[in-house]
Amino acid sequence: MDIPYTVAVRRDTGLNNGKIGIWLFLASEVMLFGALFASYILIRTGAPSWPRGDTILDVPLATFNTIVLISSSVTMVMAWASLMRRRFGTFRIYMGATILLGLVFLVVKYFEYSHHLHIGEYPSTNNFLAIYYTLTGLHMLHVFGGMVVNAYFWGPGSKLWEKNPVWFTNRVEHSGLFWHFVDLVWIFLFPTLYLL
Amino acid sequence: MTSDHAATSDHAADTGHDPADIDKHVRVYIIVFVALMVLTVVTVAISRFHLPVPVAVSVALLVATVKGALVACYFMHLISEKKLIYAVLALTAAFFVVLLALPSLTHNNGYWIHG
Repeated sequence: MDIPYTVAVRRDTGLNNGKIGIWLFLASEVMLFGALFASYILIRTGAPSWPRGDTILDVPLATFNTIVLISSSVTMVMAWASLMRRRFGTFRIYMGATILLGLVFLVVKYFEYSHHLHIGEYPSTNNFLAIYYTLTGLHMLHVFGGMVVNAYFWGPGSKLWEKNPVWFTNRVEHSGLFWHFVDLVWIFLFPTLYLL
Repeated sequence: MTSDHAATSDHAADTGHDPADIDKHVRVYIIVFVALMVLTVVTVAISRFHLPVPVAVSVALLVATVKGALVACYFMHLISEKKLIYAVLALTAAFFVVLLALPSLTHNNGYWIHG
């Protein structure tokens, strides 16, 4: 089956289909994380006592990761802006930096997880750790997914730039929207889990 | 595949953005980046004061909301998006609020209210 792909702006919506599609997907993601946040509120408010995040988790590491993820959002949007300026070489540099920063984030999380597991802090240990592993684990999966898509556009997928730069720019813009969403989720996860 | 192979000279305009705006956008991205960094430092600094939990939660969520709004408005270009996207997000926000309000339907001890 030949699925039509178009970046043409529809007259009825004023948008191209891909843009509507990615925003609807992000809306479903808001509900996914929202359900987990609601569960967190329910469990925390129902608990007789709840530890401050900074007594269990590593705040300096998480602060570093926050800076890493925010920086990756900037490099992502700069990658898109480079395509808009028709500077493909610059796009590859910024997109490469975005992927690397995503990797740094995951490596830091790996060290964080290893430390907790090493001292016997498992998801089953208590509700705080259960929530911590669930929320950060799901977020990490999103970071990984975004990295895979971005790596595709950095590597094999970038051939489309030669054939059709408008389509390629459109795709990068939409993968960027997902990546910024992942950053946005972390912006809320960081204070709620680590600092409060 | 369709044949709208539109590799025209006016690339930025083809993608629905004004080419003259791109340079202006880049300057805004840098400003937003600096603001996000400052707010991250503010978030961590405030947590050091060990404020009472309700105050700490309110302040932390307020700062996070400002940061989130900056990312959504400028990096995700929500500030200049079409009405349909706003409608989708308004509906999402309404359901999101209901979702977060669900715990308030519980007793203080965390159990659901039974009829």
